[in-house]
Amino acid sequence: MKYQLHINGQMHQVEAPPEMPLLWVLRDELGMVGTKFGCGAGLCGACTVHVNGNAQRSCQTPVGTVRDAKITTIEHIGATPVGAKLQDAWLKVDVMQCGYCQAGQIMSAAALLAHTPRPSVDQINSAMAGNVCRCACYNRIQTAIQMAAGVHEDSNHVA
Amino acid sequence: MLPEAINRRTLLKTAFVAGGGLALEAIIPLPAWAREAAPATLSAFVSIAPDGIVTIVSKNPEIGQGIKTSLPMMIAEELDCAWSQVRIEQADVDPKRYGPQVAGGSTATPTNWLPMRQAGAAARAMLIQAAATQWNVGTDEVTTAKGRIFHAGSGRSVGYGEVASKAAGLPVPEVNTLRLKDPQQFTIIGQSVVGIDSPKIVKGKPIFGIDTRLPGMLYAVYEVAPVPGGRLLNADIEAAKSALGVKQVIPLTGNGDADQGLADGVAILATNWWFANQARKQLQVKWDLSAAQGHSNEAYQAKADAAFSAGNGEELRRDGDPSAQLANAVHRVKARYQYPFIAHAPMEPQNCTALYKDGKLELWAPTQAPGGGLNMIQKALGIDPANVTLHLTRMGGGFGRRLLNDFMVQAAAVAKAVPGTPIKLLWSREDDMRRDYYRPGGWHDLEAGVDADGKLRVFTDHLVTFSTDGKPARAADMGVSMIPAGLVEHLRYGRSMIPTVLRTGPLRAPSSNALCFVSQSFLDEVAVAAGSDLPRLMLSLLEGERREIKPLDGRGPPFDTGRARDVIEKVLQTANWSRKPTQSNRAKGFGFYFCHQGYFAEVVEASVTDGNIAVHHVWVAGDVGSQIVNPMGAENQVRGAVIDGLAQALAGQEIKVVEGVVQNSNLHDFPLARIPSTPQIEIAWVKSEKPPTGLGEPALPPVIPALTNAIFAITGHRVRSLPVQLKTA
Repeated sequence: MKYQLHINGQMHQVEAPPEMPLLWVLRDELGMVGTKFGCGAGLCGACTVHVNGNAQRSCQTPVGTVRDAKITTIEHIGATPVGAKLQDAWLKVDVMQCGYCQAGQIMSAAALLAHTPRPSVDQINSAMAGNVCRCACYNRIQTAIQMAAGVHEDSNHVA
Repeated sequence: MLPEAINRRTLLKTAFVAGGGLALEAIIPLPAWAREAAPATLSAFVSIAPDGIVTIVSKNPEIGQGIKTSLPMMIAEELDCAWSQVRIEQADVDPKRYGPQVAGGSTATPTNWLPMRQAGAAARAMLIQAAATQWNVGTDEVTTAKGRIFHAGSGRSVGYGEVASKAAGLPVPEVNTLRLKDPQQFTIIGQSVVGIDSPKIVKGKPIFGIDTRLPGMLYAVYEVAPVPGGRLLNADIEAAKSALGVKQVIPLTGNGDADQGLADGVAILATNWWFANQARKQLQVKWDLSAAQGHSNEAYQAKADAAFSAGNGEELRRDGDPSAQLANAVHRVKARYQYPFIAHAPMEPQNCTALYKDGKLELWAPTQAPGGGLNMIQKALGIDPANVTLHLTRMGGGFGRRLLNDFMVQAAAVAKAVPGTPIKLLWSREDDMRRDYYRPGGWHDLEAGVDADGKLRVFTDHLVTFSTDGKPARAADMGVSMIPAGLVEHLRYGRSMIPTVLRTGPLRAPSSNALCFVSQSFLDEVAVAAGSDLPRLMLSLLEGERREIKPLDGRGPPFDTGRARDVIEKVLQTANWSRKPTQSNRAKGFGFYFCHQGYFAEVVEASVTDGNIAVHHVWVAGDVGSQIVNPMGAENQVRGAVIDGLAQALAGQEIKVVEGVVQNSNLHDFPLARIPSTPQIEIAWVKSEKPPTGLGEPALPPVIPALTNAIFAITGHRVRSLPVQLKTA
């Protein structure tokens, strides 16, 4: 099947069977490898992208279901104000160790802040529970999201 | 003769010599044309462009431990440039040029602390010499700061970039002439520095092994038998060959080495990894699984019980007269502990990209121990390491899994079968879960005796562990110097072994992650029986003159009783320690351990509500020497280690095996820590006068017994088996 996909503000034409997960369209067909493969079963969140602004696991999203939805990936999330703030905060507290899951973490966090601009720690935990960080940078993920939301101004204090 | 042609610029090679020193020698004169506008290369590690940009080569594999940032920090410090001038390049694998290149054992900081600083100091000395010669002044009259050289006498100054090419032609100073900075003068080491790849990571740039893409590349999976050592009997590959996107299906015969070799398997190559992985369902393969018959958790448990019934095992160490002391003890405590096989489960599934062409192999490998991979490839495929170029990529976690390179030899074998076509081999999560080199399970029968003063007089530990070829399996042994050995007058360590076909290997703080749980939980039992508590019992073992206990086998660092005491006292203070529950369902527990040259004492505050365990707060006191290289990175390592350890105890991590087949498959049945269970973690550094040591591992072990001891303090239930399962009240 041929698809016209609206990704990061641009149209991309791909040919793939409808059941091919969006993850593998992005990574292997389009070469956009920022979106990561972690479990292939919707359990780790590494492959999180935005579909019409909602965080979605691209490994569980068949390309045939995407249609004309607007897809945003980590490569382009910095173009949104929330995405840029999150990337800044992520660097200020240097959230990451290996960094592999962080694309998915930032995408989930961006969807959270788009809907809940000033989340509590419980709201953060609940929204981010589907994103595994094997290095367990969770204290800093909480701090960075709060910082991006403007509820945690103290950049010297790393929780 | 053209003057330019004889004005040789010399590439300096830095070679590590025996004893950990550094030798710099001139090896390759470059032709003059290579010099134009190019950065001047001062050594294997340092080159400086005319605009002053300093490029530092980082030699070790980066798995998230932060070494790609911290080793260059050491060089930049002694080079005396500004960190903002520095660019970092990842080295390819070339140990002759760079020295050891491995990410394992928390060894990179202690082994490189001196050589990296010397590499920076050598380059600085050459720059100073070049400037002093140009100004016709003595080298002792010039100073440096932030990448500039100053002559106070004349008020002149010059940037490193302006004299770098002259400096590169100078002889390399002898190591013993180099003067290293007084740590008081450090301006980079000891500062919190953001990881060098972090800006790329937050933008999704392609820097991990799995992100490697080459023109014309095919994506590969490698189907192997569901058990280690399974042999391929026959494969019907026709259906898979005609599956969508599939280009080739290639059965491969391995070299019969199930542990460190190439396994029999079927490679599927396609234009998209998803096509290759889907086509696996079309394979009809008959395997010989007989090698793994009888290898199940139940069978292992029965063998462990039999080993305990049979006696005390092979004696590994005996101090004093443990039997007589046990008979005379005022309080005598006996218990059996056990822990399961567990997986590493790094976030980035195993992968490797390879191109075999004209007898040469090029690899892009996320590996912690590249040298081991090259050896495996030589053994299994007959490719000489001299014909292999190995690029190191950033890794999506290691935790010890990538010290073993089965994925690399598989990628090489597949690439060799399709010369000229680059391939990227990628495992599914299920492959990764089922083909791990697991942290081996084990069982311990322990017995201890305490005298009337509450002092531990005797300690015995009989370990039942796993073996391959009659020797302890990888990462399955107990060091004879493991504490409390050396601290207790009468002691016995014994060992029995059960053969296993499961592949085992080091997992973050190997051995210690299990042994610390066992000994510190058991000693908590002993302390309680004696009416004391574990920190008090540990301090009583450490009292008196500060002393260094050398390992019995002469291998490894000595145990410093003073450093141990200092971290214990520190954490008792920061945690405001009390063994009494803080609320009816909430209490603190304590654990201490020494491993990987680091001393860590930790206190966990947990609660139990309706059988649910929550960890609220963890206090950590650690001594890894005189200097924390990058505090921001160091704290992250400790937090990660603490949460990792808690997950081993609480998340339900346990590998289950039936007839050699691992039953776990993905993160639903091998759970990892998630954000809602994150405790507050407070870290206190105790700085001793010893050179800095590594931090990837030693903070992990103590948190597990600190947790299980807290659970006992709350519930009265003694956790003697991992993962923690509370009996429902």
